[in-house]
Amino acid sequence: MKDVRVLGSGCANCRATIQLVEDVAKRMGVPITLTKVDQIQDIARYGILATPGVVIDGAVVHAGGIPSRGQVERWFAPTPS
Amino acid sequence: MDIQASRRAHPRTFLVAAAAAWLVAYRALAPTAGRAVGWLPVDPGSRLAESLRFFLYDAPKVLLLLTGVVLVMGIVNTYFTAERTRALLAGHGEGVGNVLAATLGIVTPFCSCSAVPLFIGFVQAGVPLGVTFSFLISAPMVNEVALTLLFGLFGWRTAALYLVLGLAVAIVSGWVIGRMRLEGQVEGWVRELPGAGPGVARADGSFADRLEAGLAAVRDVVGRVWPYVLGGIAVGAGIHGYVPADFLASFMGRSAWWAVPASVLLGVPLYANAAGIIPIVEALLAKGAALGTVLAFMMSVIALSLPELVILRKVLKPRLIAVFVGVVSAGILLVGYVFNAVL
Repeated sequence: MKDVRVLGSGCANCRATIQLVEDVAKRMGVPITLTKVDQIQDIARYGILATPGVVIDGAVVHAGGIPSRGQVERWFAPTPS
Repeated sequence: MDIQASRRAHPRTFLVAAAAAWLVAYRALAPTAGRAVGWLPVDPGSRLAESLRFFLYDAPKVLLLLTGVVLVMGIVNTYFTAERTRALLAGHGEGVGNVLAATLGIVTPFCSCSAVPLFIGFVQAGVPLGVTFSFLISAPMVNEVALTLLFGLFGWRTAALYLVLGLAVAIVSGWVIGRMRLEGQVEGWVRELPGAGPGVARADGSFADRLEAGLAAVRDVVGRVWPYVLGGIAVGAGIHGYVPADFLASFMGRSAWWAVPASVLLGVPLYANAAGIIPIVEALLAKGAALGTVLAFMMSVIALSLPELVILRKVLKPRLIAVFVGVVSAGILLVGYVFNAVL
């Protein structure tokens, strides 16, 4: 189970990002818990300069603008181990 | 899918081919527009034909310019991430820092919904308050969309003046705010945050990735902005030859001294992006309003907006917000007067 957090104070791009993450995860069959972080005090803790930001399992993987579909797919791709 | 794959494999070739196609299309605009009007069932000497020719030439011209500039800037933007800009600014004090911040505001991608995280990130990294404000004023106001539209519709002189004066407002306002030593007017919780984190560790992408980012910017910006551009040009085309050109001259012309402050005051509660304001600018100018007055109005609408002030209130105390609005308004006011006096 991946822990995904989308940081952003409810702008259009943030909503589109949440939609995209949900869609890609469902399509790839990856179980996730999706949390919306919309309080600026909480967002500030992650040290991002632009919203929306995406945090996966505690690591900031994206900040600013809607990520591309290919990018999201790479986040959810099984890691070769 | 095929095109996409070969674009990724040969991004530079794609860019050269696109540039060539762009140039051919741009040069073909005027003759094509003239011929298109010839096919329509209107009297070629009539006002309607004149308006149509204006619209059929200007609309594709401005959209083509916008596409080209947004693509190039979308690629350039990938070299100037907010993280890199912050690192550059943290190394400079006031003065040089203000100039640098305002200039970087042109090339750093910025969305007003990110104003607060950006403000926090800059302050955390030790960028001086006034320098941060220079960036926050310049980034939304002086950007490629505003400049391209001004250039395409009103010529390079208007665009250049807007660029120079917009930068001047951002530099001077930021410097003045810095001089006032208002660090205590930033909300306490911001100052108590730990030092700046590393932000996103972003690997420098390949040129193919940068090109994709540029194309994404075109889809996003041009896709969002084109109705406003068409609206603005339609207003211009409609006025072309119909409404008396000095309709507004008496009360928004150069001789009306109160027109500039009135425009700035009117602009603060209004909010639109650079594209949304263009139809209004076009209409005002075509009806004889003075250029300085109109540009002051445009700057005030874009740079000072109620929604942004509401967001900034989360990190700034009311006094600093008031100072911010006051200083920037004064700067824009001055720009309006200087513009009207010089031109």
